Amino acid sequence: MVATGSSPDVVVVGAGVVGAACAYYCAAAGLRVAVLDRGGVAGGTTSGGEGNILVSDKELGPELDLALLSIRLWARLGEEFGPTSLELEHKGGVVVAQSAGAARGLAELAAEQRARGVEVEDLTPAEVAELEPNLTPDVASGAYYPQDKQVQPMLAAASLLRQARRLGAELHTGTEVRAFRRRADGAVGGVLTSAGEFSAPWVVNAAGTWGGEVSKLAGAPIPVLPRRGFVLVTEPLPRVIRHKVYTADYVANVSSGDAGLETSVVVEGTRAGTVLIGASRERVGFDRQFSLPVVRKLAAQAIGVFPFLADVSLLRSYLGFRPYCPDHLPVVGEDPRLPGLVHACGHEGAGIGLAAATGHLIAQVATGVKPELDLTPFRADRFEEVA
Amino acid sequence: MSERVRFSFRGQEIVAEAGQSVGAALIAAGHRSWRTTRHEGAPRGVFCGIGVCFDCLVVVNGKPGRRACLTEVRPGDVIEPQEGAGRGELSC
Repeated sequence: MVATGSSPDVVVVGAGVVGAACAYYCAAAGLRVAVLDRGGVAGGTTSGGEGNILVSDKELGPELDLALLSIRLWARLGEEFGPTSLELEHKGGVVVAQSAGAARGLAELAAEQRARGVEVEDLTPAEVAELEPNLTPDVASGAYYPQDKQVQPMLAAASLLRQARRLGAELHTGTEVRAFRRRADGAVGGVLTSAGEFSAPWVVNAAGTWGGEVSKLAGAPIPVLPRRGFVLVTEPLPRVIRHKVYTADYVANVSSGDAGLETSVVVEGTRAGTVLIGASRERVGFDRQFSLPVVRKLAAQAIGVFPFLADVSLLRSYLGFRPYCPDHLPVVGEDPRLPGLVHACGHEGAGIGLAAATGHLIAQVATGVKPELDLTPFRADRFEEVA
Repeated sequence: MSERVRFSFRGQEIVAEAGQSVGAALIAAGHRSWRTTRHEGAPRGVFCGIGVCFDCLVVVNGKPGRRACLTEVRPGDVIEPQEGAGRGELSC
């Protein structure tokens, strides 16, 4: 086995988009990196994503600051790798309010975000119609977020890993972590896997929705739980939707703590021509069962925003598990309880968007540089204080 | 003797058997392809024949994106080949 006796500086557990970004930024910082995944590249949490890179849906707080950093870094990655290697589209987001109350809420959120550095323009119904000609005329107001972007999540993960390998990183798929090794001083010293042992002073937990399980193996548990979301895929169409379009109630749902089914309209075109329709959120564990009621509700809501969809066929639907923590913030940084263990998981539905900043910050942690953002809100032991 | 259904394809009358799919009727009438791909303009007809591949798309009575293999042919149907995604009027 190649793996046995391998001693990189950083072992990244998880070859999804977050693990790939950690590997890329660590390798670019001169560290020797090994990426492990029990499956293949981007086969878990990342495979069920939509590829959103958004600032528009973030309320004021640490996640917005993380998103603002990440959106800058994604733009830079697009320039470095070439936009086709990520299917990066600087498409911008249009948020639509369909009632007077929603319009007030949207205007307030936009004003707060603007003060924090988000680029956002308030839109009249006529301006909304100009940006999205196929949208329903039943609109009270809108907001345009030019910074919002989209990538193809699995392609982005693969491209980040390809660039990391070019910089010397190793990739070990089909390699499952079974235990953590501790050094004499109690710090993490590596992992034991199905393909042998990897010794490293840093182990990054980028296991997405399974980040909680990996943290338990390490002996430093964090509460990462699955939240199921469906995405519908239409037949390929010409360009019929120019931006990422969603209704103002999406923001409220994203930050909701409700266990039941919640749906809000998120509609966007892709370079391939298909239109993606989201987004549902349900806490049903790891249940992969197709749900007709959820899909029906998503479709009906999307038709309410883009009436032409009533006559368009769906090719398929897919689902993903969004890894959420009870306070809806990710866990990013070294675990104060276990030196050498670094978490990079729990990004809920924003993992693709937040991956670049997460990888960048993890590389700063692993190279002893002061992180560009204060990681205190994302620390691993914050849940114990509440409990 | 099974019942006959008459429909038009590219303006020409075709006689099919009742209950046949549009795809089966077109193949029986000697047509192998009735759509061109969006980017390369390559010819396409029935591939999987069971509604999965979306290769056999056709315009039925003005509605694009219908799967010929799953659409039962009806008397008087006007079937046209599909160019690209077939929704040019929505393009923006």
